[in-house]
Amino acid sequence: MSKTLILGAGLSALFILLALVSLVWTPFDHTTLDIPGKLQTPGGTHLLGTDHLGRDIFSMIMVGARTSIAVALVALGIGLCFGIPLGLVAAMHRGGWLDELIMRGNDIVFAFPLLVMAILITAVFGPSATNAIIAFGIFNIPVFARVTRGGALPLWEREFILAARVAGKTRAHISVEHILPNVLNLLIVQGTIQFALGIQVEAALSFVGLGVQPPTPSLGRMLADAQTMVGFAPHLAIFPGLAIIGIVLGLNLLGDGLRDALDPRLQRRRG
Amino acid sequence: MLRYMLKRLVSLVLSLAVASLIIFAVIEIAPGDPASFMLGINAQPETLAALRAELGLDVSKAQRYVAWVGGMLTGDFGTSYTYRTPVAGMVADRIGVSIPLALYALVLSVVIAFPAGLYAAARRGRAGDLGVMGATQLGVAVPNFWFAMMLVLTFAINLRWFSAGGFPGWDDGVFAALKSLTLPAIALALPQAAILTRVMRSALLDVLGEDFMRTARAKGLSERQTLWRHGLRNALIPVLTIIGLQFSFLFAGTIIIEQVFYLPGLGRLIFQSISARDLIVVESVVMLVVFGVIVINFLVDLAYAVVDPRLRARA
Repeated sequence: MSKTLILGAGLSALFILLALVSLVWTPFDHTTLDIPGKLQTPGGTHLLGTDHLGRDIFSMIMVGARTSIAVALVALGIGLCFGIPLGLVAAMHRGGWLDELIMRGNDIVFAFPLLVMAILITAVFGPSATNAIIAFGIFNIPVFARVTRGGALPLWEREFILAARVAGKTRAHISVEHILPNVLNLLIVQGTIQFALGIQVEAALSFVGLGVQPPTPSLGRMLADAQTMVGFAPHLAIFPGLAIIGIVLGLNLLGDGLRDALDPRLQRRRG
Repeated sequence: MLRYMLKRLVSLVLSLAVASLIIFAVIEIAPGDPASFMLGINAQPETLAALRAELGLDVSKAQRYVAWVGGMLTGDFGTSYTYRTPVAGMVADRIGVSIPLALYALVLSVVIAFPAGLYAAARRGRAGDLGVMGATQLGVAVPNFWFAMMLVLTFAINLRWFSAGGFPGWDDGVFAALKSLTLPAIALALPQAAILTRVMRSALLDVLGEDFMRTARAKGLSERQTLWRHGLRNALIPVLTIIGLQFSFLFAGTIIIEQVFYLPGLGRLIFQSISARDLIVVESVVMLVVFGVIVINFLVDLAYAVVDPRLRARA
């Protein structure tokens, strides 16, 4: 196993574990306000200090990571649920009008920068975590449709698929039974990358007020709150930021490591 | 070539038409009537009807769509519901901040990525390469708005070299304006520079394995000469494409960075309009950004065909 893979898996596991533990335990209750104990610097009873309302930063990061991970995961799920079938259908009808329609539809969605899509959705339906998820979910659909189609196209020319067709299996049957398992590696790698992107997107949208709304803590919201206080309480901004970097770095390294591990040809060429 | 361009042009027009339809449709399903929102709940029906007529809200949806698109084509973006001024004027003021900021960031990204990518490719597998690649992994993971806050903390609050935000306008001189855009541009450029460095490195490494590179080395050129004379030029094709695409990312990215530095650009205009429910401004600015992205992608496609004749042949 490569060092990249180990480091990536370790970092990702650490943050996912912190997020999961926050479901049952945090060092302090993240909803308890303690105004006299506000803006404590790191060290002491509060490991990473307290915010302007006296809430424990470490506990908030644990819960915030949970929110961010949940938002990114659900959006990833939307992308997978719609993107994979679309990609499989496009590859099945490669060159036909259905393929053309799906791919041009993808192009249109790609023309909307993610942030612009989120702005459009929240401008109309109001800011919320759900709308941030929908925006990023929609953005994920063409990503997975493309990856699935790209991986599936060469497979349709292979002998074992031909054999399955000769055996009388329908194209839909072949797509699910033979094509999908063979593009799974590509999807796992892309999924890790989109997961990491989702963490960044959640943070960015919540930072500008279009994502997770108070009082739910999220890493992006913590940074938004910290913005006006960065001059006298920099730790409010530094730690949530480092948490985002940690999760994203971990997932990106994991994706890179998985890509190399799952595709020996690529590994040789990159070496 | 002409056939390829025509084909791309048709697809450009179609994309713009569909994108405008989507934006119009989404804004249409927004709950609430702008006229009643502006006048409040105690408005008289006659006043309401008059305002609806003035805003062009009293005709059918199809007519409004045609009027909106036709207006945008002639530079008339409608009238802001809150400010009662032409949206085109508001956009023109703000675009003078957003586009220079995106361009500034693009230049920085290229200036950082080219030497870094070349350096890493030339030292492939050695400590220098690993260092650069590690730095790019970090660069991609850092959220640009957080990096922006750290820049403000270091260079504005602690060192006092730059102001923490605001924009003096271009009338105060180019230097003052550029200075106030410097920290935002650095924040915006960092992740893009990291991506571009990786693309530059892998494009160079791909080229290094080509037969003509072996020929160049065989005829006696040094490793460095081969890289500069033959490697760089051939690696530029994918790199230029990415640079083109990055401009759209940077343009959209300004929306968030402007929030950190309180810059009066398109991003702030959008957020102010969202909180004021000034949907006509949101609609027009979103269309403008999407228009920019689609046109840039179109130009990148064309540029690609100009440098790579194989693409023209395939079309």
